[in-house]
Amino acid sequence: MSRIRSDYEKTFGYRFRHFVEGDLPEKNEELTIEELYARCPKEEEEHVLTTADLPKDPFLHHDEEGQADFAAIKEQDPAEDARRFAEITGIRWFKKVYQFSAMILCICIITMLIITVTHMPIHGSSDTPTSNEVMDRYLEKGLKETGSPNLVTGMILQYRAFDTFGETNVLFISTCVVMLLLMAPKKEGHKEEKEDKKKIPEEKFEPEGDIILGTVARIAVPMILLFGLYILLNGHLSPGGGFSGGAIMGAGLILHCVAFGFSKTARFFNEHVYEVVKVGSLCLYAMIITYYLFTGANGIASVVPLGTVGNIISSGLILPINILVGLEVACTMYAFYAFFRKGGF
Amino acid sequence: MEWLRFVIAAIFLAGGLTVAAISVFGIFKFKFSLNRMHAAAMTDTLALCLVLLAMVVLCGISFAAWKLFLIIGFPWFASPVSSHLLALLEVTVNDRLEDHCDISEVEER
Repeated sequence: MSRIRSDYEKTFGYRFRHFVEGDLPEKNEELTIEELYARCPKEEEEHVLTTADLPKDPFLHHDEEGQADFAAIKEQDPAEDARRFAEITGIRWFKKVYQFSAMILCICIITMLIITVTHMPIHGSSDTPTSNEVMDRYLEKGLKETGSPNLVTGMILQYRAFDTFGETNVLFISTCVVMLLLMAPKKEGHKEEKEDKKKIPEEKFEPEGDIILGTVARIAVPMILLFGLYILLNGHLSPGGGFSGGAIMGAGLILHCVAFGFSKTARFFNEHVYEVVKVGSLCLYAMIITYYLFTGANGIASVVPLGTVGNIISSGLILPINILVGLEVACTMYAFYAFFRKGGF
Repeated sequence: MEWLRFVIAAIFLAGGLTVAAISVFGIFKFKFSLNRMHAAAMTDTLALCLVLLAMVVLCGISFAAWKLFLIIGFPWFASPVSSHLLALLEVTVNDRLEDHCDISEVEER
C-alpha cells in the first residue's frame, strides 16, 4: 500500500492530473485527523506510527499543528487508535466494493438491454405488432377524413381527440396542484416582515432592469411569440401544433417577465386574464369533445366542413382545438414559472 | 467544383468539432464556475457557427441555407445573454470571489 511516494509530485501521473484537473486545491490547511490517518503509510498493521514517519509525506511538511494533534491522539489510547484505523480501512474497502458492484450492475443492465434490442423486430418490417389495420386506416383515409396534411395532428386531434382532452386536463390539474402548494397568501404585511430578515434583498438576485437582457428581449420576445403563433396556427399543415406552439409562446411570456418584471407583464397577462383564458379554453375544448361524442366516430361524422386541404382555415375542428390546446399549454408554462418564482401573478 | 466545396465544408466542420472538443475539455479542466462558463459558451457560439457554416457550404444557396443562417443568428443572440445572467448571479452570490479572480471594482447595482 505504498501509493504515496515521497517524490510523488515529480511523477508523470501527478503532473498529468495536475494538468487535466487544473488548479488543484491547496490541501495543507484543511487536513483533518482522519485524512492524516488515511495518508500515513500502512504497510503492516503492527507498525506503530510515530511522528518521525510523517515528514515522508509531501503534503504534511508545513503542518505543525496537525502533527501535534496527531501525536496527542497517538498517546491517548491504543484501543481507540486501532478502532479508528479499522474504521478507515473499512471505509476504503466499502468504497472499493461499492465501485465494483456498481460496475457489475451497470454491465448487467447494459447486457440485458442490448439483448432485448437484438430480439426486437426489424424497424419497418411488415410483421411488427404496430403495423395493423389501424395504421393502414390512418395512412389510407387520414387525409380524406381529417383534412389535415399533417397526419400526426389529424390523429391526435381527430381520431384520438378524447385522449388529447385527457392530456389537457392533466395540464390543468397540475397547475391547480401547484397553485394549492405554492400560492402565496395575499397579506402584504406578513411578506414585508420576512423580507427584512433576509441579508440580501431579493431584488439583487433578479435580472430586472438589466440593459443587455432588456435590449435582447425587446427584439426576441415579439419574434418568439409570433413564431409560437405560427406553429400553433399551422399545426394541421406542417409539423407543430398546440403543444409545441403553446410551449414556445409560454417561453416568450417567461422571457418578457424575466426581462421587464411582473408589473409590465401583468399589463396584458394578469391573474384575471389567466383564469379566463385557462378555464375558457378547457371548457371550449370540453364542448367540442361533447359534440364529437354526440356525432360519434370521434368527429369523423361531424358536419363542420373540412375545406380545401392546405388552407389555414380547413380540416374542420382541428384548428380550434389546436388554438385551445396552445393557449392552455402557454398558460400552464407561465403559471408554473410565476408560482415557483413569486407564488402568484 | 464539387471537391472544392467538400474540402471547404470539411475544414469548417473540423474547426467546429475542434472548438467543441476544446470547450468540453475546458469544462472539466477548470474549477471556477466563471471559467467553466467561458469554456461552455464556446460550444454555443463558435462551434455551432462553424458546423452550420459547413452545412451551408454543403447545401449551397437555397432556402435551407437562409434557415441555417437564422439558426446561427438566434444562439448568437441568446447564448451570450444567458451566460451574462448566469455570471451576474455567480458574482452576486459568491462571497469568495476574490480567491478566483482580481476584482478592481465591485459595481453596486
